[in-house]
Amino acid sequence: MIEINTPFTKNSLISLKPFDRVLITGVIYIARDQAHKKMFEEGLPFNPEGQCIYHCGPSDAKKNMIIGSAGPTSSYRMNKYMPYLFDKGIKAFIGKGMISDSVIENMKKNKCVYFGAIGGLGAKLSMCIKKQKIIAYESLGTEALREIYVEKFPAIVIINCDGESIYERDNNKYE
Amino acid sequence: MGRLIKASTIINAVSKACIESACILDKIAYNSIKDSIDKEKNATARYVLEELISNADIAEREYIPICQDTGMVICFVECGLKINLEEPISDSINKGIKKGFEDGVLRKSIVNDPFERINTNDNTPGIVYIEQTTGNILKINLMLKGFGSENMSFIKMLNPSLSQDDVVEIISNEICNKAFNACPPVFIGIGIGGSMDYASVLSKKALLRPVNKKNIDKTYADMEEKILQSVNRSNIGPAGYTGNTTVLSVSIESYPTHIAALPVAVTMQCHALRHREIIL
Repeated sequence: MIEINTPFTKNSLISLKPFDRVLITGVIYIARDQAHKKMFEEGLPFNPEGQCIYHCGPSDAKKNMIIGSAGPTSSYRMNKYMPYLFDKGIKAFIGKGMISDSVIENMKKNKCVYFGAIGGLGAKLSMCIKKQKIIAYESLGTEALREIYVEKFPAIVIINCDGESIYERDNNKYE
Repeated sequence: MGRLIKASTIINAVSKACIESACILDKIAYNSIKDSIDKEKNATARYVLEELISNADIAEREYIPICQDTGMVICFVECGLKINLEEPISDSINKGIKKGFEDGVLRKSIVNDPFERINTNDNTPGIVYIEQTTGNILKINLMLKGFGSENMSFIKMLNPSLSQDDVVEIISNEICNKAFNACPPVFIGIGIGGSMDYASVLSKKALLRPVNKKNIDKTYADMEEKILQSVNRSNIGPAGYTGNTTVLSVSIESYPTHIAALPVAVTMQCHALRHREIIL
């Protein structure tokens, strides 16, 4: 298990390999479909240098809780916007599932990492979120852009900054 | 003549079913994930499966959603001939969804229009299928359908001359293409026959069958087993991180069809299988 802190520096991610398990501590940014579209069209409302985006749309917090259930959503839907974010300085994202080759090519160029969170682990992952606030697009509800503070958020390296991937095997073939 | 079921009874039952199914994982599904841990040799896969069990335990203890996507509500209603209602059943069901999603603090995921996309803020409307039956029982099978897996579902209008083995191969291939994004390990519901729309409805109904129950027709039970084995050889694994546990169960439902047709619909259901049966 490798402990890493945000914001990421070039060196903090460079040695990661697919299947490495990490615990992430620090500020990260929650966004999904509509927030990505907004950032793409209107620019980023926060300093992206070395930051990490989490593809997620949490449920609302119950009374006396910080946030509701907060697991990952499918990252392929944000394919169109990720290269823009990496070019702006975003160093990593947390999500789930396949992403496109063009995103991976950009990740190699910008030395970015794709961390996987386990799909459907929303209750457990919410326990790692210690603070949250909406920083933009509040009217989007669950799709608003949130800044959160996580402690020891568990993730696995799906694609590292050299483009090496858990999915590299020809998974679509079966006997 | 007949038995009156008050709208408030239906609203409260639907509300309770939404909250319970969102926060307490179906026991048979829970056990099927737990049992798969012992059969899994891959260390990463075992880690993921253990995390899923731990997640379900936390959700039940804290009474928060297993997964933040608490879905679109789909209801299969069987309404006895002798039942009298105060209003159309879909009105009561929608009121129950609104109450359940509010009281349970579940995520409101429904938008008003596919292009306008304004959140309705109460997770309505749901989708309601109604069948009339004899007798005086009202049964509602309710599922919270998450859309990460729904987006990976598919329908194929196949050639009627294909054999069962051909169909097994075609479906298994396609499931392997889609499973990565469907939050594996998945439950698979398959509808074969009927029309394009009805095969899809059957694929949802198939998921209502307890996951440890095979189709009573041996031919279909064999197909279920072959698809299960085939996809589990793909090494996709839990969360797509490799392993033998990609599919937990396969359920097929069939229906008569047209001489020209072989409709096959597949609903992908993530491991967070959330449904409840309401009998009033």
